[in-house]
Amino acid sequence: MNLVTVSGPPSSGKTSVILKTIDSLKKRGLKVAVAKFDCLYTDDDVLYEKAGIPVKKGLSGALCPDHYFVSNVEEITNWALKNQFDILISESAGLCNRCSPYIKGIKAVCVIDNLSGINTPKKIGPMLKTADIVVITKGDIVSQAEREVFASRVNTVNPSAMIMHINGLTGQGSFELSTLLYSEENHIDSLKGMELRFPMPAALCSYCLGETRIGESYQMGNVRKMKVDDDND
Amino acid sequence: MTDINTTTISSLVAEYPFLTSFFKDNGLDVTGSENLTLVQYFAAFDSDEMEDRALDADNMIVQTEEFIRQMNAFLGKEDDVVKTVTILPGMDKSGNAEEFQELVIEQGEIISIVGPTGSGKSRLLGDIEWVAQNDTPTGRSILINGDVPDRKWRFSSADKLVAQLSQNMNFVMDLSVYEFVELHAESRMVENREEVIHRIIEQANSLAGETFSPETPITSLSGGQSRALMIADTAILSKSPIILIDEIENAGIDRKKALKLLLTQDKIVLMATHDPVLALMGDKRIVIKNGGIHKVIETTDEERTILSTLEEMDRTLLAYRTKLRQGEIITKIQTDWKEKSHA
Ligand SMILES: Nc1nc2c(ncn2[C@@H]2O[C@H](COP(=O)(O)OP(=O)(O)OP(=O)(O)O)[C@@H](O)[C@H]2O)c(=O)[nH]1
Ligand SMILES: [Mg+2]
Repeated sequence: MNLVTVSGPPSSGKTSVILKTIDSLKKRGLKVAVAKFDCLYTDDDVLYEKAGIPVKKGLSGALCPDHYFVSNVEEITNWALKNQFDILISESAGLCNRCSPYIKGIKAVCVIDNLSGINTPKKIGPMLKTADIVVITKGDIVSQAEREVFASRVNTVNPSAMIMHINGLTGQGSFELSTLLYSEENHIDSLKGMELRFPMPAALCSYCLGETRIGESYQMGNVRKMKVDDDND
Repeated sequence: MTDINTTTISSLVAEYPFLTSFFKDNGLDVTGSENLTLVQYFAAFDSDEMEDRALDADNMIVQTEEFIRQMNAFLGKEDDVVKTVTILPGMDKSGNAEEFQELVIEQGEIISIVGPTGSGKSRLLGDIEWVAQNDTPTGRSILINGDVPDRKWRFSSADKLVAQLSQNMNFVMDLSVYEFVELHAESRMVENREEVIHRIIEQANSLAGETFSPETPITSLSGGQSRALMIADTAILSKSPIILIDEIENAGIDRKKALKLLLTQDKIVLMATHDPVLALMGDKRIVIKNGGIHKVIETTDEERTILSTLEEMDRTLLAYRTKLRQGEIITKIQTDWKEKSHA
């Protein structure tokens, strides 16, 4: 089985792109399943089910969504192996722009959209910078110049990535993506011993643990203060 | 190539000036560290700082190297001239072989694409963009200058075979016309930037009915002005040898001039349209049916004659539109195309 991790900011077009890409994968006779990770709410599982795609959904709720992802990816992978799928695609939203659920040796796709603003590529951390493939969506609603500028900004923060333009509505470009997602060589039997591409932050302050009161005396653990002196600009 | 592991940052920047903005865009402040190598520079961060800023030294060095390689390839190369694009037949949705031998499209040609929605126009354009090698659902192959093309057309982000002028030419950025074109010029790394920017704005103004200034915010351009700016910008700044046009609305823009501008830049123009005025401006037209290329028609002499009539009707309509816009009472406009064609 091949595992592919797809992530990207909320509403960037991940589900649209995955659905269209799976159409092409299915035509090649491949059995595809999806694992959707989100924080509080998602309807994506319904969309996948409607398309006849086996799907597992996980909501991290009060936990950090990316930590939650790593804690569950092995189980999800085992589920997919047991069901003899050829490809498992995970979809997760990059909620704080800091983390990425990418794993060394596992294909990593980042989906971002043209509407997010040309400085966005600079703001997204490892989720964009360490992806193998960057999919840019919503090119249909901006000009050619904006598409070119946006793609060149993405290239500056991740020169090694392959950049693809996909229209999530029509699926234009998704066949091409599908040809890059499956290969015998990327076969895995388990995730044992694999590592994240990038460490997740060492969080854990009082608020991670449920503290609600504001004020210095309630703050413990990993706390850091902004400098807010008048002469600090 | 210089060994990135042993060269100081100052020597790297001296050799590759584009690294200055690369470091900046990646949030790396190298001032004061010019005498260090990149490895030493990253070693100076403590692990908390690296984690804080989500930095990965090894990855950053690999990326820097890759960026240098791409930029050198980009700056050093002669522009690839795409003189011809050849389409070799595949099959339609039912698996029937397409009924043509090969279709050679030459630089400076306009090819119209006609066929009902959903007939397979997008797939044809997709095949060209992905330079299909009998590895797409249609089984078509695309040759460039008569040969199996370099894989870079597929994988490099700087060398895209096709630039698209889509129907919705919206701008979402909050910039003036000048700043907008400047941003594009920067990303294409053109020299003599200022001159190029002014040329684009001037050309755009000659295509649009109403003129605009470099200071106009792009979001306040009219539909026609936006289209004109997009066309001039793509013609002059886009490196892609093929321009794909998905219907140009007639309102507020001289379409004939627009096509001419694209052709003077040695582009190949592919145009998906059902507007006879546009379709007949093409040298040939591809008829798509059931996912396949059904026919390739060369524009006939009679069609060209009909085109002049249609163009005259178009001009008349435009004249009425102008009157309307200017708040005039509409009176009959004399069509004097016979006289004009004598002149
Ligand atoms: N115009 C346009 N709209 C798109 C495109 N791709 C996606 N959309 C729309 O953008 C919205 C969000 O798309 P989704 O695919 O749900 O995005 P997502 O990244 O899966 O969103 P979450 O999973 O909720 O984070 C939907 O309304 C899509 O129809 C595109 O290429 N062009
Ligand atoms: Mg989704």
